[in-house]
Amino acid sequence: MGLGRRLYRGEIDVDFVGKWRLWYSLSGILLLISILGLLINGLNLGVEFRGGTVFSFKAPQATVEQVRETVIGEGAHQAIVQSAGDGWRVTTENLAENTTTQVQSEIAKEYNVPVGQISIQSIGPSWGGEVSQKAWIGLGVFMLAIILYLSMAFEPKMALSAIVALIHDLVITAGIYAWSGFEVTPATLLGFLTILGYSLYDAVVVFDMIKEVTAKLGHTSKQTYSMAANNALNHTLIRSLNTSLVAILPVAAILFIGTTLLGAGTLKDLSLALFVGMIVGTYSSICVATPLLVTLKEREPKYQAIARRLASTGGGKGGGNKKSAAVANG
Amino acid sequence: MLVALILALGGTMFLQKAYTPKLGLDLAGGTTVTLSPVTQNNAAPPEEILDRAVNIIRDRVNGTGISDAEVAKSGDNIIISIPGVGQSEAIKLVATTAELRFRQVLAMAPTQVPQELATNAPTPTASPTGSAPDGSARPSAEPSASQPSASPTGKALSSALTNGASAKSPAADPTEPPAQGRNGQNTGQNAGQGKTRGENADADQGQKNAQNAGQNNARGQNQKGQNATPTPSPTGQSGTPSPEELGIDPNGIDPAVLQQFNKLDCANPANRGQGVQDDPNKQYAACETDGSFKYVLDVAKVVGTDIDTASAGVRQGTIEWVVQLDFKSNGATAWGKLTQEAYNSPEPRNKVAVVLDGVVITAPNIISPIPGGRAEITGGFDQASATTLADQLKYGALPLKFNRSSVDTVSSTLGQDQLEGGLIAGLIGLALVVVYCLLYYRGLGIVAVLSLVVATVITYTSVVVLGHNAGFRLSLPHIIGLVVSIGITADSFIVYFERIRDEMKEGRRTLRAAVEVAWVRARRTILIADAVMFIAAIVLYFLAVGGVAGFAFAMGLTTLIDIVVVFLFTKPFIAVLAKLKFFAKGHPLSGLDAERMSDAHSGRTTTPQEA
Repeated sequence: MGLGRRLYRGEIDVDFVGKWRLWYSLSGILLLISILGLLINGLNLGVEFRGGTVFSFKAPQATVEQVRETVIGEGAHQAIVQSAGDGWRVTTENLAENTTTQVQSEIAKEYNVPVGQISIQSIGPSWGGEVSQKAWIGLGVFMLAIILYLSMAFEPKMALSAIVALIHDLVITAGIYAWSGFEVTPATLLGFLTILGYSLYDAVVVFDMIKEVTAKLGHTSKQTYSMAANNALNHTLIRSLNTSLVAILPVAAILFIGTTLLGAGTLKDLSLALFVGMIVGTYSSICVATPLLVTLKEREPKYQAIARRLASTGGGKGGGNKKSAAVANG
Repeated sequence: MLVALILALGGTMFLQKAYTPKLGLDLAGGTTVTLSPVTQNNAAPPEEILDRAVNIIRDRVNGTGISDAEVAKSGDNIIISIPGVGQSEAIKLVATTAELRFRQVLAMAPTQVPQELATNAPTPTASPTGSAPDGSARPSAEPSASQPSASPTGKALSSALTNGASAKSPAADPTEPPAQGRNGQNTGQNAGQGKTRGENADADQGQKNAQNAGQNNARGQNQKGQNATPTPSPTGQSGTPSPEELGIDPNGIDPAVLQQFNKLDCANPANRGQGVQDDPNKQYAACETDGSFKYVLDVAKVVGTDIDTASAGVRQGTIEWVVQLDFKSNGATAWGKLTQEAYNSPEPRNKVAVVLDGVVITAPNIISPIPGGRAEITGGFDQASATTLADQLKYGALPLKFNRSSVDTVSSTLGQDQLEGGLIAGLIGLALVVVYCLLYYRGLGIVAVLSLVVATVITYTSVVVLGHNAGFRLSLPHIIGLVVSIGITADSFIVYFERIRDEMKEGRRTLRAAVEVAWVRARRTILIADAVMFIAAIVLYFLAVGGVAGFAFAMGLTTLIDIVVVFLFTKPFIAVLAKLKFFAKGHPLSGLDAERMSDAHSGRTTTPQEA
């Protein structure tokens, strides 16, 4: 029976929970690399966050591309080009004084404008301190609200696991931005927010199934919590993969078109964040959130008792390992 | 119900002839206005006051968080960008100070409009001086024009306010360099003044002095009228009727203010004191916005900061737009006392004037004391002006005065190619989703695809309707977010379908039963997952500002649409399909055939239900 067919029938049985050491170390390494990236490289924040320099001049015959090339050619890394009446308004990051002069003289030469008529202004961040601060407060309150809600809808340990998985996803996505040096714009930030919702959504669906399955565990149960959780995980695996595929397909299309056909721009900024975040999100809901939940739950006396009893009867020694191996073979 | 919803949204679109969503700054471009703070001696304003002004302006332009407007500091200036062209009018309103006072009327008099028309109409050269003195039947402005030696002499104290206004006029002499013209505008806050200034401007020689005064004035707003007030003596002191002549009870009125009142000429818009920061602790002589009346007003017993919240609405049973105010507890007490006092006073002291930026916008009779901390302001508002005023009051007065130093129309920051690319990519992505659903779920895939179509239609119409009625503007991140969330919506179907297949796999039920049992389970999962998304949207919408709030709004919207579609379309649709033989018998193409799903009767025990 092919893998696809078994997937379709929901007969796949992989021991995700039992391999927790693998997942923990994998995630640990990824997190470490990401945090190092954030510490060493930092994020390449866009003009919207840092403020920058605005060049205004009149050059009716120029095109957007020409103006952008002129400015970038002189050492600016970011250039937001806008036409304003018959003039242009180019916003770049904060430039060093000599770069500013260079850009100015290049514009003067290229478009035959007197240097005196190229106005240079510094502009503050439109996503400055206040906006960011409120966004952070919002994020903090949001996490608390989610912990409360999930604690009521499920249980506190599930809430904790879901939030850890969420932070895991955000840090790794941010890490990829730090290492790749991609510009973080407001669009990227909104991409992060989408990931946040998506990651939780995924974890919630998985936990809902785990809750349903493990609710039936009693003293006479033939399964430990690990085994039951792993079972539930396998059961929703096809759903998780389907969902991820369906959500990632449009994002992948946008990323593809954004990078290959259009080059730099909002599309690329946003879709890369989403693409990476969704893949990491799918991974973490299966391989981080659930094993973490199991680790927490197996400490509870009730489930310890089941595990001990099953271990002594030889029914389920070593967590879910044996059983799943048996099923996979069978 | 679903049909009704779609029809309602579509009908609204049709009625408003609005078929495309409103786009944000990055896609549609907009209007950029630079505001320069007006301070004494052109000194730089303290950073923290400027920051506060930035926040208040941001709240005013984007209080709902969905208009995609941006506010940034640039040195000492503030740069506002609002999506859409022709928004400079909106920005003008945003930049007004919005100091609100409630003052009891002590005396009032109508403006003799006919005479004023007679004086003003034939002599548009009406001079900076002619308007200063008073509104009561004075001869034409000729004398002042012929005696233009606008001596910056006395009347400083008594006519502080009117002079403040009149001093503006001369500075706008079109023959002067633009820089001076701009200085003149420092004091002028509305377009009406601009016009009057234009008329006055071709005046006469004596403007040199007046200009200087105007500039001084522009710099030193707070000292307005206390120095260098160029009231021309000849007209300034002539023809002032005594209070008794006007039938005014001078009792309790500060004589200086009364004198000021006597000189006040509200017929000339330049003199109405628009934009004056009236001291709430002093009596004040003011004009009605349209110039029809002038007032002596008591000290302000209730001010703008006493307002807790303000909203615009239509007064019940009428079509009149009003601004409704809720006072904070202190304000409510003060308001109750103020209205009680007015109620107990004889005409015209039974009126309470609402003074906004120095001008009386309305002065209703108080027909009963108003306890309970609520009030309504009427005054010829339309929807836009009522909403603007409500926003201004809600978010507080600006701590600084600003003038607009430049207004530019700017193009979009993103090329059309980015929007088109995004939409094409989104469509390709959704097409892939459709193909995948059909391949994987076969017959059920049709349900998924149709559900996605319904979700897309509702999303599109909602965005259009919200764009035209609530100012919701789509930026590129929003569009991508919507495309992605349609993908996430598909998850609800997948959860449901998998549940149905679970039920079928167990082989215990008919399809019709399975559809119902699976729905109960899937519904819980979908609701919990959507609740998480919705909590995220609500928290971020209310706590964050700017783009984040706008995005959260879009997120909340799509979550609601997800629930609506699943409950009102997908589930009923599947229930109908379950009655069809094609699905009920598990036809191989239905996606529900027992053979392909599992050998259901082989007694496998891996389904969690049997754990």
